Amino acid sequence: MDRLSNYAALSAEVLPEFFQVEAFAKLNSAIGKVIEAQEDMPIAGVVTLYSSLLTFTLHVHPDHLDYVDQILGACVQKLSGKGKLKDNKARKQIVALLSAPLEKYKDIDTVLKLSNYPSLMEHLDDATSKEMANVLVQNILKNKTSISTAEKVEALFELMKALIQDLDEDLIQMLHNDDPEEMLKIICAVKKHILTGGPKRLPFTIPPLIFNSLKFVRRLHSHDDNAPEDEASAMPKNFFQILNQIIEALSIVPVPDLALKLYLECAEAANDSDLEPVAYEFFTQAYILYEEEISDSKAQVTALHLIIGTLQRMHIFGVENRDTLTHKATGYSAKLLKKPDQCRAVYACSHLFWVDDQNNIQDGERVLLCLKRALRIANAAQQMSNATRGSSGSVLLFIEILNKYLYFFEKGVSQINVASIQSLIELITTEMQSENTLADPAADAFFASTLRYIQFQKDKGGAVGEKYDPINS
Amino acid sequence: MVLVLALGDLHIPHRAADLPAKFKSMLVPGKIQHVICTGNLCIKEVHDYLKTLCPDLHITRGEYDAETRYPETKTLTIGQFKLGLCHGHQVVPWGDLDSLAMLQRQLDVDILVTGHTHQFTAYKHEAGVVINPGSATGAYSSITYDVNPSFVLMDIDALRVVVYVYELIDGEVKVDKIDFKKTTTQNAN
Repeated sequence: MDRLSNYAALSAEVLPEFFQVEAFAKLNSAIGKVIEAQEDMPIAGVVTLYSSLLTFTLHVHPDHLDYVDQILGACVQKLSGKGKLKDNKARKQIVALLSAPLEKYKDIDTVLKLSNYPSLMEHLDDATSKEMANVLVQNILKNKTSISTAEKVEALFELMKALIQDLDEDLIQMLHNDDPEEMLKIICAVKKHILTGGPKRLPFTIPPLIFNSLKFVRRLHSHDDNAPEDEASAMPKNFFQILNQIIEALSIVPVPDLALKLYLECAEAANDSDLEPVAYEFFTQAYILYEEEISDSKAQVTALHLIIGTLQRMHIFGVENRDTLTHKATGYSAKLLKKPDQCRAVYACSHLFWVDDQNNIQDGERVLLCLKRALRIANAAQQMSNATRGSSGSVLLFIEILNKYLYFFEKGVSQINVASIQSLIELITTEMQSENTLADPAADAFFASTLRYIQFQKDKGGAVGEKYDPINS
Repeated sequence: MVLVLALGDLHIPHRAADLPAKFKSMLVPGKIQHVICTGNLCIKEVHDYLKTLCPDLHITRGEYDAETRYPETKTLTIGQFKLGLCHGHQVVPWGDLDSLAMLQRQLDVDILVTGHTHQFTAYKHEAGVVINPGSATGAYSSITYDVNPSFVLMDIDALRVVVYVYELIDGEVKVDKIDFKKTTTQNAN
């Protein structure tokens, strides 16, 4: 049979001859008879025979998926009742049998149409099944096939069942359909599948699903600029709704840090889609997690950076919503465990009150209030240092705050004036020269580079130079 | 001539499966003297891969990195240049050059490399350069639309550094370069 296959492969003109003599039917029944006659033929032998027939079929009758399926079906029948095969040779032959259609058709779609494929896979032991699933996924990735309907997703996951634990992430990134309705169905199908997989895998499978979806929503957003308002926002809303549910599922694990990050990513995407209530809801969820689940001080600092950074970029919020969220963020900042962290988070919050491209978010008064609050915390930290160590701590925090003063001074925030900058410079200089202060080369270098910066600005001349001139450094 | 590879924000496996094939074939072990990575690898396999490119690997912590013990910032001296590394999610507003310049002053470095925005930038000012190598895999970012995969290769030679940026645009690798000379008055000692 192999000779025949190779012959067929070499010359396509020969094919009609094969059709004429109904080669397939004859070979198929011949094999059937051979196997029946030799009842104690080892499984490996059976599968090898069918494997050869399959090779022949793939060369001669590649369009006849039904023939291919028949062959697989015959194998399944022969193997019925045998459970998971332990024989190495048989196993190898089955893998060869399963790989052949993949290599021939390249397209996972076609393979998914072979109804007997899954049943055949069931006869593989766990390790081999995993191997096979890997082959399938590599095939998908190599050929960049996108898995484009919910049915295909179901079929694919069904095929691989519980055995592709490690491979979900890569697969999830290949899921795509241009049509929003279909894409939504796909996401739901995947969600269903990964939620049945148990909590351990969720931190690995949920993020790719979320990001794939966010990528899709962004594309929706840029295409729908001309669509009527309610039509344009209905679809994204549906996506965000399901994304919210998916992130919520992480609470089973639990991984609050990850969930918080994902809520914030979704909030930003909702911001871009002009969906204020949705964005607010995501922020609310993030805040709840921050307050109730994130207790490690280092984790809190990171979470707060992300909250402040994201909030700073939100343009969608009305005054009330923004104020509520900002007020809470500033509150969280002042309550961090360590004073230096508090100070830094509070001065970071100053940026929440001044956003360059938004005229209604330019509140110099509150910027100054934030910076002053940061100064008070820095002072308190100094005093604590004095009390516990008998010497002033580093002036680093003051230098950082000075730099923030300069930032807003340059932006033209009127409440930040030369006098305040001057007094801060003097404070730092005095502290650094004081005998009580510990030598800190990092602080020295930072102060030096800050003063150099002031000089650079003066040297620029023009409007900037004029601004900086009065500062005595 | 010292070659420094700067890259980051790969987000493997959450947002990308792997580096683009065209990048992988360019990044050959043994040709680069230092690798600096802004963070968000996110898993050990990526760390190990980078280590194969060059044993002198420096990484700072991104908010999604599985390894939480990477430092928040790092400084290193290569030839006449002091380099600073930080992921950048810690610097608010994100991507803001003036705030990044403040970090540069704080770390007291000539070249500051940060990431997080997934957008390649290189910005020269009186005190030095601020570089963002972008995302080496072109990973999704809430900050930047249409992310093209990119990385940076710096050629440090005495007081001069040439910054090459490699971007994958529509399947083709495009290269651009920026020169920076350090004058001796900038010696921060």
